[in-house]
Amino acid sequence: MAQEYEVIIGMEVHAQLLTRSKMFCSCSADYVDAPPNTHVCPVCMALPGALPVINKAAVEATIRTGLALNCRIASFSVFARKNYFYPDLPKGYQISQYELPLTTDGWVEIEDDAGHPKRVRIRRAHLEEDTGKLVHMDGYSLVDLNRAGVPLLEIVTEADLRSADEAYRYLRKLRTILRYLGVSTADMEKGAMRCEANLSVRPKGQKTLGTKVEIKNLNSFKAVRDAIAYEVQRQVRILEEGGTIEQVTLGWDASRGRTFVQRTKEEAHDYRYFPEPDLLPLEVSQEWVEALRETLPELPDAKMDRFVREYGLSRKEAWIVVEEQDVAQWYEAAVRAYGAPRQVYNWLTGEIFRYLNEANVPIDEIRVTPEGLAELLRLVDDGTINRNTAKSVLQEMLATGKDARTIVEEQGLAQVSDEAALASIVEEILAAHPDEVRRYRAGKKGLFGWFVGQVMRATRGKANPDLVRKLLQERLNE
Amino acid sequence: MDELYRLTAHEARDLLRKGEISATELTQAVLDRIHAVEDKVKAYITLTPEIALAQAAEADKAFVQARKEGRAHTLPDLLGIPLAVKDVISTAGIRTTCASRILENYIPPYDATAVQRLRAQGAVILGKTNTDEFAMGWSTENSAFGPSHNPWDLTRVPGGSSGGNAAALAADETIIAIGSDTGGSVRQPAGFCNLVALRPTYGRVSRFGLVAFASSLDQIGPMTKDVTDAALVYEAIAGHDPRDSTSVDRPVGEVRRALGQEVRGLRVGVPREYFGEGIDPRVADVVRQALRVLEDLGARLEEISLPLTRHSIPVYYIIAPAEASANLARYDGVRYGYRAEAATLWEQYKRTRGRGFGPEVKRRIILGTYALSAGYYDAYYLRAQKVRTLIRQEYETAFRRVDVIAGPVAPVVPWPIGWAMENPVQVYLTDLLTISQAIAGVPALAVPAGFSDGLPVGLQLVGRPFDEETLFRLAYAYEQATQWGKKRPVIE
Repeated sequence: MAQEYEVIIGMEVHAQLLTRSKMFCSCSADYVDAPPNTHVCPVCMALPGALPVINKAAVEATIRTGLALNCRIASFSVFARKNYFYPDLPKGYQISQYELPLTTDGWVEIEDDAGHPKRVRIRRAHLEEDTGKLVHMDGYSLVDLNRAGVPLLEIVTEADLRSADEAYRYLRKLRTILRYLGVSTADMEKGAMRCEANLSVRPKGQKTLGTKVEIKNLNSFKAVRDAIAYEVQRQVRILEEGGTIEQVTLGWDASRGRTFVQRTKEEAHDYRYFPEPDLLPLEVSQEWVEALRETLPELPDAKMDRFVREYGLSRKEAWIVVEEQDVAQWYEAAVRAYGAPRQVYNWLTGEIFRYLNEANVPIDEIRVTPEGLAELLRLVDDGTINRNTAKSVLQEMLATGKDARTIVEEQGLAQVSDEAALASIVEEILAAHPDEVRRYRAGKKGLFGWFVGQVMRATRGKANPDLVRKLLQERLNE
Repeated sequence: MDELYRLTAHEARDLLRKGEISATELTQAVLDRIHAVEDKVKAYITLTPEIALAQAAEADKAFVQARKEGRAHTLPDLLGIPLAVKDVISTAGIRTTCASRILENYIPPYDATAVQRLRAQGAVILGKTNTDEFAMGWSTENSAFGPSHNPWDLTRVPGGSSGGNAAALAADETIIAIGSDTGGSVRQPAGFCNLVALRPTYGRVSRFGLVAFASSLDQIGPMTKDVTDAALVYEAIAGHDPRDSTSVDRPVGEVRRALGQEVRGLRVGVPREYFGEGIDPRVADVVRQALRVLEDLGARLEEISLPLTRHSIPVYYIIAPAEASANLARYDGVRYGYRAEAATLWEQYKRTRGRGFGPEVKRRIILGTYALSAGYYDAYYLRAQKVRTLIRQEYETAFRRVDVIAGPVAPVVPWPIGWAMENPVQVYLTDLLTISQAIAGVPALAVPAGFSDGLPVGLQLVGRPFDEETLFRLAYAYEQATQWGKKRPVIE
């Protein structure tokens, strides 16, 4: 019987914090669209004699994140210098945290591969600064320091993850939490959230850990899942063939779908960490922590539990609405405006999600308000339009931003519930299709739906379908 | 009026306010003096006569206007006063080389906070003075631009690293100066050149714009011809700066009010170790004489012991190079300063730094890199930090018994130029008496104490953290009683 293998994964995530200014100077941290080297000053360019000053907003964002990740907030933490040379690192060291980080020992709950809840332990979440960017030209490189000094939150898990899918779900969950807190866009494609995985494989049942490799520069959720899956496969193959895993740092080549060696163990850096003498230790009072706790929003897990409780959704359904805070807000507003949480859920995750996907827009940019959906559904309830008409009215609402009532009036979509009028249309249809009437009466009951369709077509879909059914039944079954 | 360049700042201030001299005359007199003696002294790396004269003209306008309005006495003390700035302190628009080839052509876009505050008073910047490269040294012999000469004996060093300031002040090539002190770099040259210098309490003066050598030790301090001037410069530059997180938010006060106040009853501790092994007996004699003067003034001398002092040298030579090894990493040829082009990035780094830094700087970068390396950190850096705490505690304990600690500034008199290069280990030991104060972060002041064979000897007064005032009080009383500082060298 084939040997089974177990994969042990720890994740390291860097998230840029959404502060107005950089980590240690007053330059704007909103650098994305700025021309190169315009958001710079003596401090973030590392001119001789310039000194860092801690950005309080970044510290607060880190504490709030720590709280949301169930971490301990250290009353005393220390910044440290991480020394290495590279042209995107102007000081020749990165100011980070090493021995005494700001937050430690937390957890995030995810679902494991069997669908059971599982806690991924957070070892630490600390503050540091981003590097600049290199633009490689033909035979030379250019340095852009706009990004240098942007606050970065580094979140490190224990080696608690057991599959590529778990790693993927952890990252999605983490992104949701960061977005709920408003501390980061956590946009991987734009580099606002970056990810590294530490991974080792061992035969199931073996006590000691396998050799650990590090996969760097995973810049999309897909890359995380693919790279880990690939690497597990590669390592299992090596082990099966009796080989040994080398301790290396790997990169991920997404276009070829494989990992490649970036650095061997021998080339590993000695970062020579030591406490940053230009900054005093960071002291955080209990009062400050409690005041920040007050600012936390309802977090995704709590919101999911509440949606299950209050709206009768399953956990899976609730998470679909909760994963994005704006969607959850939209949903709740619609429920408040209309009631019937199940029906709102179906409309939201059906018609509206389809539109979001097709138009590729976030929910806060669509032209239908939760109140607008409520109005539309009430038009169905009071019989003004039928469900099918409602779907096309919603499309129209999404496209034009007009409200439901206006669309119904302008296009004359109000459903025909006038029994006499519908009865004469039914008569016309039956008279025009004597063959079908005969066949129906001879026992081909499946034709009933066809008759309904004919009437709906004749009324351009506006007929009250219940009434149509009743009239047809009366006439055909005579 | 003759020889305006010999004036102190407070003498010049009084004359300027009365309108008896102009800032332009004063500045011109100092520039002429520089012209006359600089060839022999070599105090400056960069001279800025145009800037100086323009600032002097501005000052004169302010004086004329204020005198007209009868408020000349309210003008800043240092308005129109010529100033020399050590070339490790950033000056907007004025080349700041750190006496290093790697920054030979670097012109900062911003002023250090200390410079900004002096400029705000209207001080007149004459230029940038020589120093050991990145302030690493004791004599200016490590300058990429060659050594400065001691005006008391041109064959000898003026001390260091702020030796250019000391040479300039002793040769009357400036009225006031600011330097930096990491392990004695304002006090030792002041002692070697018959001048006053203060190393303020760590955190008193903003380090913003001071090119970092060892961040936890660096402190900017005044260097002047007398105690009163040191107080005026200190008042101008001290005080909290939000741009330096290690600067302390505590009121500085007007230390000048302490000048002339009673010193009777002050308890002065005299550490046995400051007169022990390694101290030139001739220096010890001069300083003992100075201590007797303090006693005559009513101070109560008390022998104390600071046994950890001798450990301050190994502590210093781990912590300072460790911090320096990181602080100097930014000189990589990428953004500014010297760059040696090469085919690969690593070759460019190696060539740039290999050619850009001098031997002493390289020595300390290597020492510091080693001390921070994996496997050595605990044995060196961490241990040094622990001993540092003990040295600090030793001072705290001593200051429960005494108000001031007194001793020599340096264990030797200025040595002949070239001696240090041949005696690299001995020269490290000459820091013995100035390093422990930097390690502990306490303030210390050097004041002229007389001469040994025609060479100056300095008296060092060490105070409690943030008690610069007592140092000024005692130093002023001593200065008034002795007048050593009035002596000037003849430069030939």
